[in-house]
Amino acid sequence: MTIAAKTGNEAMAEAMRQINPDVVAAYPITPATEIAMIFAQFVADGLVDTEFVAVESEHSAMSATVGAAASGVRAMTATSSQGLALMYEILPIASGLRLPIVMPEVNRALSAPINIHCDHSDTMAARDFGWIHIFSENAQEAYDNTLQAIKIAEDIRVRLPAMVTTDGFIISHCMEKIEMLDDEQAKAYIGDFKAEYSVLDIKDPITVGALDLQDYYFEHKYAVAEAMRAVNDVILEVGKDFGKKFGRQYGLFEAYRLDDADIAIVALGSTAGTAKAVVDDLREKNIKAGLLKLRVFRPFPHVEIASTLSKLKTVAVMDRSDSFSSAGGPLFTEIRSALFDIAVKPKLINYIYGLGGRDISKEEISGIYDELGNIAKTGAIKGLFNYLGVRGR
Amino acid sequence: MANLKEMAKQDERLTGGHRACAGCGIPIIVRQVMHSIKQPVVVGCATGCLEVVTTIYPYTAWNVPFLHCAFENAAATVSGAESAYRALKKKGKVTEDIKFVAFGGDGGTYDIGFQSLSGAMERGHDMLYICYNNEAYMNTGVQRSGATPLGSNTTTAPAGKVKQGKEQFTKDLTACMVAHNIPYVAQAAVGNWMDLTKKIEKAMTIKGPKYIGVLQPCQLGWGYPMEDTVKIGQVAIETCFWPLYEVENGVYRLTYKPKEKKPVAEWLKLQGRFRHLFKPGNEKILESIQAHVDKNWNELLGKCKEG
Amino acid sequence: MAKLMGWKELKKGDVLEAGTARNFETGDWRSKRPIWHPEICIQCLFCWIHCPDSSVTVDKATSKMTGFDYKHCKGCGICAQVCPVKPNKAITMEAEKK
Repeated sequence: MTIAAKTGNEAMAEAMRQINPDVVAAYPITPATEIAMIFAQFVADGLVDTEFVAVESEHSAMSATVGAAASGVRAMTATSSQGLALMYEILPIASGLRLPIVMPEVNRALSAPINIHCDHSDTMAARDFGWIHIFSENAQEAYDNTLQAIKIAEDIRVRLPAMVTTDGFIISHCMEKIEMLDDEQAKAYIGDFKAEYSVLDIKDPITVGALDLQDYYFEHKYAVAEAMRAVNDVILEVGKDFGKKFGRQYGLFEAYRLDDADIAIVALGSTAGTAKAVVDDLREKNIKAGLLKLRVFRPFPHVEIASTLSKLKTVAVMDRSDSFSSAGGPLFTEIRSALFDIAVKPKLINYIYGLGGRDISKEEISGIYDELGNIAKTGAIKGLFNYLGVRGR
Repeated sequence: MANLKEMAKQDERLTGGHRACAGCGIPIIVRQVMHSIKQPVVVGCATGCLEVVTTIYPYTAWNVPFLHCAFENAAATVSGAESAYRALKKKGKVTEDIKFVAFGGDGGTYDIGFQSLSGAMERGHDMLYICYNNEAYMNTGVQRSGATPLGSNTTTAPAGKVKQGKEQFTKDLTACMVAHNIPYVAQAAVGNWMDLTKKIEKAMTIKGPKYIGVLQPCQLGWGYPMEDTVKIGQVAIETCFWPLYEVENGVYRLTYKPKEKKPVAEWLKLQGRFRHLFKPGNEKILESIQAHVDKNWNELLGKCKEG
Repeated sequence: MAKLMGWKELKKGDVLEAGTARNFETGDWRSKRPIWHPEICIQCLFCWIHCPDSSVTVDKATSKMTGFDYKHCKGCGICAQVCPVKPNKAITMEAEKK
């Protein structure tokens, strides 16, 4: 174990170094650029054996990564926002071809307007593509999640691509103290890559990426859906094993002071860190506040979330993206759906916040808990779909 | 040296049973290419006629490894496969000499695939990119592409009451490839199997990025009897509409010179897509096509240092 | 037509073993079929190198053309067209008898 001072990007680049993938094809985009840059320096210094392909666009980055993964090797890339958007065409191809590609993704707002700061709109828009989505609260989680994602994605029961996210600038560029595995520990943990198929197999050649007519597409996609349903068990196994080996256990989410809570917030990413501080302050005042920090957004752990939230009185779901449905953000919609069939369920409200890197403060989060307290007392919901901090509202 | 009897000893790398139109020029190109390569080969392919007709699940006509990803990224996808191969070779995990060939139509190469082709060529991957050029987006129903000739009737630049087909000359993608300073660039055509075969054999001895644009007559899109596919290609060559040449490390060489350069109208009149050009009033268009062919041919002769 | 497979029978990912199109017969597309006249055939193999459907059969040991694969031949007539034998071609197209 080594203690190091790393930003989120540095932590992910270090994880990639220890993974030592056979191929990395990457293109720069703020705020993910550094991951590729730092990794390219590792290549230049001979610290990894990776073939680094400096492609001419993110579309080609994911295409080359797919080409490499289909050739039976461990292949990775990293991106953000518009870069992920340019990859969208290829993302469902990666999952349809059952390629266990792991991709660090630094959450950044989608244009227009162009904005380089944090929100979750980029990965939320990619939630329908058959990729595993794991959110990191801080640099430690960014590092740990990137390593675990390899084990999860490559598991024989899964074989799906996975994106590991951090919050752009907030985590990607902020220095934190993290614990890193020794290189030998990491190498042993990651293990060798076992391809399920390879187009480099010239003895038993295969065709990859055939056209399906109406008679076969559904069955191929059903297989992806079935693999998704197997993912959460694998995530729990991998998270437990990581805890046993390295002292930090991971699950589908973190239930922070939720056991006896009356009111709670559900949040993804770095905001959960701020919310934990607010929860601690409220607990000092004997207010039974808690936090559900969701780690795995895809597949969506609806059963576990429903059972964890059911005994609460009121819950606010914080969405750092707006899917413009006019009926709440994507996380709110999933949680509401998860609770629909539960007999005893909390009152649920939504806050869309932090778009384009708009800062979220302890005071604002505290205000949400105040509102949750009011609803718990009076039973009346003033606003179901709320926006936090938009001027002029 | 191209020798059909030697080539015939190799197993068919493309089987029958694919759904290409009867008389399609694409599998003619594929078979001639595959029979000219002795080494194991991995084929990458863009979305388009070739990919669609040869891989309708659960049927695949490919007896070699075949990878299709999307429409505009055959070059990028193959560059990833080639990178994986180099990674494994470096680690001693693979020892065979495997060749990488990417196929794309003119749609997936001249237009939507231009960027990924340019990037792969610029990065120096050891691969051969072959464009089967049927001069339109044929798989979706004959829409114009950057490779569609001036005056051609296509469904997005049709001939009608006020317009006479495509209004632009083609983009010269072969010249664009030469400008990438890659070791080998060539033009070939269905219609001269020996020329294409020699070029493939040569390409297989060259390390680095290589590009060959092959003119491919399409009976459905061009409008001619299906048995004439090879003949139409031959006339395109004899009229110098599609010259056969190669550029090796920047040096131009003409690989076929017609004994007698025929007027391009002799090629145009064989095809339904140019029928409207022979109506009275369209003489100027025919003249401009001939002038364009002549200008390009003379410039090429100069580059090839031919008289 | 092959029996439709259930989702569990499919290989993981959109993956197929090689050459299964051999089992798909395109011979019923024909309205004309090529007829070989071996007595005047010069074994140049032009028909073989131009067939879009790999349907000119060749004996690999001798490199000699032996006829046509009528299960896959689509009757396009290119083989007859490229046959160089004069004055009568070694391949002629005749109406497909139903």
